[in-house]
Amino acid sequence: MKQKQRLKNVPPWRAEGHLNRVVKAMPPSGIRKFFDLVSEMEGAISLGVGEPDFVTPWHVREACIYSLESGNTHYTSNKGMPELREAICDSVRSDLGLDYNPSEQILITTGVSEAVDLAFRATLNPGDEAIVPEPCYVAYAPDVVLAGGVARAVPTRLEVEFRLRPEDVSAAVTNKSRVLLLSYPNNPTGAIMTRSDLEELADVVVENDLLVVSDEVYAKLTYSGSHASFAQLEGMQERTVILNGLSKSHAMTGWRIGYALGDPDLVGAMTKIHQYTMLCAPTMAQVAAIEAMQKGDEEMVHMRHEYNLRRRMFVSGLNRIGLDCFEPKGAFYAFPSVRSWGLSSEEFAERLLKEQKVAVVPGNVFGQSGEGFLRCSYATSREELIEALDRMEIFLSGL
Amino acid sequence: MNEILEILSENAKATPAEIAALIGRPEAAVASEIQELEESGVIRKYITLINWEKLDKSYVFAVLELKVALQRKTGYDAVAERIANFSEVESVRLISGDHDLSVTVRGESMKDIAYFVAEKIAPLEGVQSTCTHFILKSYKEHGVFLTDKPKPQRLVITP
Repeated sequence: MKQKQRLKNVPPWRAEGHLNRVVKAMPPSGIRKFFDLVSEMEGAISLGVGEPDFVTPWHVREACIYSLESGNTHYTSNKGMPELREAICDSVRSDLGLDYNPSEQILITTGVSEAVDLAFRATLNPGDEAIVPEPCYVAYAPDVVLAGGVARAVPTRLEVEFRLRPEDVSAAVTNKSRVLLLSYPNNPTGAIMTRSDLEELADVVVENDLLVVSDEVYAKLTYSGSHASFAQLEGMQERTVILNGLSKSHAMTGWRIGYALGDPDLVGAMTKIHQYTMLCAPTMAQVAAIEAMQKGDEEMVHMRHEYNLRRRMFVSGLNRIGLDCFEPKGAFYAFPSVRSWGLSSEEFAERLLKEQKVAVVPGNVFGQSGEGFLRCSYATSREELIEALDRMEIFLSGL
Repeated sequence: MNEILEILSENAKATPAEIAALIGRPEAAVASEIQELEESGVIRKYITLINWEKLDKSYVFAVLELKVALQRKTGYDAVAERIANFSEVESVRLISGDHDLSVTVRGESMKDIAYFVAEKIAPLEGVQSTCTHFILKSYKEHGVFLTDKPKPQRLVITP
């Protein structure tokens, strides 16, 4: 038979049969449905955006432009530019009082997202468990699974303002537990953990020999006191890997610059994966990040102040119109309860969008314990927030 | 900095109720503090920033740089006050550098302003020289862009 005829009889090729079964079994993000609904709608106000509404400060953008003009378009060291690593270690020393050696205890990553992935891949063996407090950012559990681990969700509750309690962790620990994830200030709840909240966790962490992966990307957006990190606790720096970045603090989401700080062996293991998968974070973004770390404090403080003004106005507005909301002390999210309105999170969010054109994200997207809540981002203009509150009030009066 | 002034400096229309919600203080307290700021002269006036260039008929603006002879006792103040009194004058500032006073004037036409400078400012006692710069285009005033730019777009929903 001629080749042409032989090929004619071959059934059509389907990619599906060639996909990795872990990836295939992974459910798509629950946000997708709302994204499609909002995208098609004219005149909708979106409180569903998880990034600053500010544009990156001009001097940061300008530093990047100058660097490009000068021809800095090459790879950097796998770990990231030395100047950036030093600038970050300096700022961490002044913010948290912790010393990290810029040559072996820090890795610059392509966004905190990459750092989360690396932290799990560098530490989990097949079947190892990571304890993931919920509600939380949507990527942690999938990242654990992609690393071959098992994500064990731990619900947090409104009654304790969505802080993680040691008994919650104890209840989830098994002999396979290796990692405890912390993400405070929290997306989606806006909850924070104070130093004493964290101290209460230390015993259960040590007893079960857990490594703490602490995503602190909203650390600078703390409105009550200063941010506390688990790594600051006596003897806990070694067993904590801090993940952070410039996305939220310096309005630099699209630049994709994050970093991991921790034990040299652990950061070394993460760097090994990073060098084979990412090689290095984008050079132009690293240059911009240096400028932001060294000279960006003033704008950062200004943006935090503006978020804080909106936070007060928006949260008191939610409570006024009948959406009960605890005081979120960090990030830029309010997490009001809809339980007393007789609708599920999804029903509420879908009807609010269709009837009054206000987009919020239903809390259950961030884990089962988020059911009965809505994530409302106040990283949007004051005018839009006021208009959104008006529309929500009209919606509630029709329920 | 005073939080109330910060908010009003960006939006003169902000009401005491709106400001109170933003800073988490009672509305009555905010209202009375604003009144005090008005009475003590910290708040001079609530004005509107207008992009005149958007209108068919616009005003003409010019910046004058003046060299002024220092007066015994009154320094620059007396001549600055005299200049400030003209209704054509929008701002008068004492500046460092090659010149002494920087004056912004508004007129109906370039000719208008040229006559005003020649007849009213240049002959003033103490004014030694004038240099008139007509403003051709204004890009930013009081921290606000006057050029229309598309707003950078964010994705409508992100995790």
